Amino acid sequence: MQLVLERRAERSTKIAILSPLLAIALTLVTMSILFAILGKNPAMALYVYFIEPLTDSFTLMEIAVKATPLVMIAIGLSLCYLANVWNIGAEGQFIMGAVCGSYLAVVTNGTDPGPWVLPAMLLMGALGGALWAMIPALCKVRYGANEILTSLMLVYVADLIMDYLVRGPWRDPQGMNFPTTASFDPVATVPTLFETGRIHWGALVALIVVALAAVMLGRTIKGFEIRVVGAAPRAAAFAGFNSKRLVLFTFAVSGALAGLAGIIEVAGPVGVLQPGISPGYGFTAIIVAFLGRLNPVGILIAGLFLALTFIGGEGAQISMKIPLDLTKVFQGILLFYVLACDSLILYRIRLIASPKKAIHGTA
Amino acid sequence: MKKLMMTAAVAALAIVATGFSASAAEKLKIGFIYLGPVGDLGWTYMHEVGRQAMVKELGDKIETTYLENVSEGPDSERSIEQLARTGHQLIFTTSFGYMDPTLKVAKKYPKIKFEHATGFKRAPNLGTYSGKFYEGRYIQGVIAGKMSKTGTLGYIASFPIPEVISGINATILGAQTTNPNIKLKVIWVNTWFDPGKEADAAKALADQGVDVIMQHTDSPAAMQVAAQRGIYAFGQDSDMIKFGPKTQLTAIVNNWGPYYIRAAKAALDGTWKAEDTWDGLKEKMVLMAPYTNMPDDVKALAQKTEAAIIAGTLHPFKCPVLGQDGKAVECKGGANLDAGQILGMNFYVKGVDDKFPGK
Repeated sequence: MQLVLERRAERSTKIAILSPLLAIALTLVTMSILFAILGKNPAMALYVYFIEPLTDSFTLMEIAVKATPLVMIAIGLSLCYLANVWNIGAEGQFIMGAVCGSYLAVVTNGTDPGPWVLPAMLLMGALGGALWAMIPALCKVRYGANEILTSLMLVYVADLIMDYLVRGPWRDPQGMNFPTTASFDPVATVPTLFETGRIHWGALVALIVVALAAVMLGRTIKGFEIRVVGAAPRAAAFAGFNSKRLVLFTFAVSGALAGLAGIIEVAGPVGVLQPGISPGYGFTAIIVAFLGRLNPVGILIAGLFLALTFIGGEGAQISMKIPLDLTKVFQGILLFYVLACDSLILYRIRLIASPKKAIHGTA
Repeated sequence: MKKLMMTAAVAALAIVATGFSASAAEKLKIGFIYLGPVGDLGWTYMHEVGRQAMVKELGDKIETTYLENVSEGPDSERSIEQLARTGHQLIFTTSFGYMDPTLKVAKKYPKIKFEHATGFKRAPNLGTYSGKFYEGRYIQGVIAGKMSKTGTLGYIASFPIPEVISGINATILGAQTTNPNIKLKVIWVNTWFDPGKEADAAKALADQGVDVIMQHTDSPAAMQVAAQRGIYAFGQDSDMIKFGPKTQLTAIVNNWGPYYIRAAKAALDGTWKAEDTWDGLKEKMVLMAPYTNMPDDVKALAQKTEAAIIAGTLHPFKCPVLGQDGKAVECKGGANLDAGQILGMNFYVKGVDDKFPGK
C-alpha cells in the first residue's frame, strides 16, 4: 500500500472552504496535546485563547486595535500578490508613512494649528508610504531589479531613517534623551471611538478599505486586470493590459495603505513616533494576506483571528501562566497546517495498492 | 471534529458557569511587566529572580503573574491594563520605556498600586524605584584602569538616557583614579536586548584595541566574545561568571528581591505609599559579584573602594566633576553632584572618547 498525491483535474470549492477549517481543527488538536503535556487543562486553555477575549468589551476593542494595521497592510499586499508582484517591504512603507505623517505633528507641536492637521497627516502618511514603495516598483519596471530583494532591503533603510530622526532632530527636548518625539497634541491624534478603550477611527478606515478592495476586485476593470495579469500574463498582454503600469499601480496602492496604517498607528494608540512602533506588522500582514486567501473579506477575518491569538495569548499568560513562547508556537503551527491543508486543494491523497511492495512485505 | 467541538463547547460552558476568580479572593495579586524574555540572563532575569524571592518569602499570601517580552511600544499599555483589569493590586513595570503607559493606566485605575522601575514620573498610586548602579560602575572603572594594558576600555551602551550616561561617566571617573590617561570608547547599540548586536559591538571594540569590555545591555553575548578574544569583561545585571570563568572581573548584580518583598508587605498591611526609592550598594539593591581573575592588590583596592562607597566616605561624583570640555560642572550637592544631577545626567565627563549622542 502506498500514499500518493495526485493532481486534481479541477478545483473543488468544497475543499477550498474546508481546508482552512481543517487546518484550524488540526491546530486545536495539536495545541491541546501540547497543553496537556505542559500539565494545563486543554479545554480551559483553548477557552482562554479563543472564547474569553470575545466575552469582554475591553479585549474586543483591543483585538480591533491590533487587527487594524494588519488588515490595512494585508489588503494592499493582496493586490500585489494577486498581480504576481511581490512586495515584501510593507514594514518599511508602514514606517515611512509614520515618519512622513509625524513630520506635521512634530513641527506643529504645541502651536495648536487647527483641525486640518490630522487629515493632512493621514494624507502625508499615505503619500510617504506610496513614494517609498515606488522605489522598488520603478527599479523593477525600469531595470528589472527583483522587487522581493529591493523592497525588503528598504525596510532596514526606513527603520534607520526613523531611528536617526527620533534620536536627532525630532527628539523630545523633555524626553531625557530617550529616542522618541514629544507626545502628539490632541489635534494631531486619531480620536478614539468611545470614552473608554483604545479603539479608534482607524478601525473604521480599515473596514472602508476592505469594502473598497472588495468592490474593486469584484466589480471593476482594474480588479479584473489585476487578476488576469497575475494568473495569465501572456493572455493579459494580448488583452492589452500593461503589466509594467500595473506593477507601479499595485505597489503605489499597497505602499499608500501601509503608510496610512503607519500614521494611524502612530497618531492613534502610540501617540508618539519612536523605534518599535511596529512589532513586525508589515511582515505579519503577509501571513494575514495568505491566511485570508488574498480575498478582502478573508483578510478581515484572518486579521481579526491573528489579533485574537495575540490577545488570547496574553490572557493565557495571565490566567494560566502559559508561557509566551507557546503563543508563538501556536501561530507557527497554525500557518504550517494552513499551508499543508492548502495542498489538498490542488492535490488529492490516494491510497494505491502496490503489488510488488506487498509481496516484498510478506516475504 | 464534531465531537471535539462539542467537548470544547461543553468545557467552555462549564468554566463560565463556575467562574474563574472564586478561589483568588484572599490573596494579593501582584503583576510584573518584563521587557525581555525571563531567560535573558540579565535585566529581566534578575527581576524574575526578585519575583521568585518574593514568592518564596510571602508564599500563599500572594499570587504573582508576569508578562514577558512586552515591547516598549503600543503593546505595553494594553499589557499593563490587562493586569490591572484582572485583579492585580500591585503592578511592577520594569523598564524605562513603560513610563508613560504606566502613568496612563495608573490614572485610569486609581485604586491599584503601580511601581515603575528607573522612571521619574510619579502619581499618588505610582511609585518609582531604581538602583544606584553608578556606584558599581565606579568600582568597575577602578578595576579596569588597573587591568587594561592598552589603556583603552570599551563600553556597549543601549540608549543615551541619564541612567546609562551616569554609568559611563562613573566608569571613566573610577578608571582615572588608577590610570589618569585611560580612554573609553562607546558603542551605542540602541537596544536593551539583542545578543547578535551586542556581540558585534564587542567584536568591533576588541578590534579597536579595547582589552576590557563593559556593557549596559542585557545579555551575556559580550562576555562570550571577550572570552573568545582573551580579554576581560564585566558582567551586567547578573553574575555572568558561567559565560566567562577566566574573563569576568566582577559584575553588577541587580538585587530586586528585598525591595519587592518590602513593597508587597507594605501593600499587604496597607502601609504602601507611592515613593521614590533609589538604593545602592549600602542598601544591597546593587551587589558586586566576587572579584575574580585579578591580582590580589587590585582585588584589595576594589574591596576598599566598595567599602568606602558603602560607608559614605567616597562618592563617585565627587566635585569637581569636569565636563568633556574640561570645565567644572556646577556642583549642586555641596561636596558631590546632587541626586537630580545624576538622575538627569545629560553630559559626558572628561576622558570619554565619544561625541555625546544628539548633541
